[in-house]
Amino acid sequence: MTSKITAQALDHDIPKGTSLWEDALVRLRKNRLSMIGLGFLLFVMIVCLLTPWIAPYGYEEQNLRLGAIPPSMEHWLGTDTFGRDMLTRIMYGGRVSLLVGFIATSVALLIGVTYGAIAGYAGGKTDAFMMRLVDILYALPFMIFIILLMVVFGRNLLLLFLAIGAVEWLVMARIVRGQIQSLRQQEYVEAAISLGLSPAAIIMKHLIPNALGPVIVYTTLTIPNVMLLEAFLSFLGLGIQPPESSWGLLISYGVETMEEYPWLLIFPGLALTTTLFALNFLGDGLRDALDPKASRD
Amino acid sequence: MWRFIGLRSLQAIPVILAVITVTFFLVRAAPGGPFSSEKAVSPQVQAALEAQYRLDQPPLQQYVSYLTDLVQGNMGPSFYYPGRSVDELILQGLPITAELGLYALLIAVIIGSFAGVIAALKPNTMQDYVPMSIAMVGICMPSFLLGPVLVLVFGIMLDWLPVSGWGDSYGDKVLPSITLGAMYAAYIARLSRSGMLEVMSQDYLRTARAKGLPEYVVILKHALRGGLLPVISYLGPAFAALLSGSFVVETIFQIPGLGRFYVQAAFNRDYTMILGTTVFLSTLIVVFNLLSDIAAAWVNPRLRYQFKK
Repeated sequence: MTSKITAQALDHDIPKGTSLWEDALVRLRKNRLSMIGLGFLLFVMIVCLLTPWIAPYGYEEQNLRLGAIPPSMEHWLGTDTFGRDMLTRIMYGGRVSLLVGFIATSVALLIGVTYGAIAGYAGGKTDAFMMRLVDILYALPFMIFIILLMVVFGRNLLLLFLAIGAVEWLVMARIVRGQIQSLRQQEYVEAAISLGLSPAAIIMKHLIPNALGPVIVYTTLTIPNVMLLEAFLSFLGLGIQPPESSWGLLISYGVETMEEYPWLLIFPGLALTTTLFALNFLGDGLRDALDPKASRD
Repeated sequence: MWRFIGLRSLQAIPVILAVITVTFFLVRAAPGGPFSSEKAVSPQVQAALEAQYRLDQPPLQQYVSYLTDLVQGNMGPSFYYPGRSVDELILQGLPITAELGLYALLIAVIIGSFAGVIAALKPNTMQDYVPMSIAMVGICMPSFLLGPVLVLVFGIMLDWLPVSGWGDSYGDKVLPSITLGAMYAAYIARLSRSGMLEVMSQDYLRTARAKGLPEYVVILKHALRGGLLPVISYLGPAFAALLSGSFVVETIFQIPGLGRFYVQAAFNRDYTMILGTTVFLSTLIVVFNLLSDIAAAWVNPRLRYQFKK
């Protein structure tokens, strides 16, 4: 594998002394699908960010006399049964879906990286105990637990972030721990220890930055998972509650009326699917670029 | 091997116990009693109800008696359906969900591994790109979207297949099984592709070819065994995911299985039912993870050394 990478590098005449990141950027740029995915994501993010200013209609603006009409010049994606503009609703729904995606992933990132780094750095019995705990948690049926949590504590957004984040950190912890464990053997870490740096400083300054590649890759792949989970819960009526909205919730409304007004299902569905597509392509591309050894599965 | 099976099984016990304990106290911690939504009842009736459901005892005692009942296979009466026990409801839904899950898993394994192997035989050609792109669609298209779209196309527009029910009319099992299986078929396709690709570059395959074995023997006998290993390890987690997938699929297609019971219990705040189904489903998932680990260790002896000193 190493020889292949070197050969590739020589092939494209990359000047000597490029850093890992520059090297990865070159590789990522050449992956057309990933670049399209990245572009699309940036577009979706900007649109969602600016929604309150650029949305063509108000979120709750009803036009009961209009009712549900198919896409037209005034309403590009049609309107729902209350005569509300679908494009506007999808834009607002996207804000929540993306927000859940990013925040829950950040929760997972924070817990997973910290836990994995401590276990990997400590090694020995502490490590064995901490990772066994991860194994046990991993065997738990978390989907069921999230539903249970939503039932018991009511359906609020904050809890949703925490619950989803609490599920997704396990794999992250495993990845980081593996990375840290191998990095810990390196001479520069020994040098840092002999200079009297505290473990916390070594982990923060020397180990985590060097384990960043796989973490970034896995983060990109966690976001679509999280968004899917949110949509799944909202579809069942156990996630986002009206008047908040998300793509999952819009899809579940669309299903109710899909026979008469199929566009109410198709457009939110397309929004969710294309965004997940873009995230997955970007994640795959990042994996190939940053972590060429990792298997594609 | 026996050592592996024994020690791995022991690991499952604390997991199951943890599930029961956490679920029990979570459900007890839920705000509002299970009868609070009902219209006002006289204190005597309230007390009688609480005694019937053992709510008058201290929590720890409730927990202990729940555990003893559970060991005897008694999960108590349902809060929501008067006169019916949780065991009864679970046993009623289980065969349906199991059948649905089995069809979905069959679809996923057969189509998924076939597509993955086909793709791995000629990587980076159309034979690779086409099935893998379809797999990507399968991963990005959640079941709650795929199901309704299938219903819309095959049930309503083309009118080929019934859109709801289970075993009531001919062919009503087709759409739910496909909806549930599609995503796992996609995952398995990706897993088996990468597994096969890794195996295909191994020395023992070159040896097999050098011996002059025909290509189909090389693939079927030598490559598949190693290449499909990741798929076997995936089956345990896939089963768990299938169960939660059945929540959605059974809701969409109105199938009276366990998944639908669970979601309804969540809405009805039927606490004993939530508790019972959670414990039951979790145990099932833990057991399937165990079986899938044992199967993986059986095929791949290296995994057995996890427990060796």
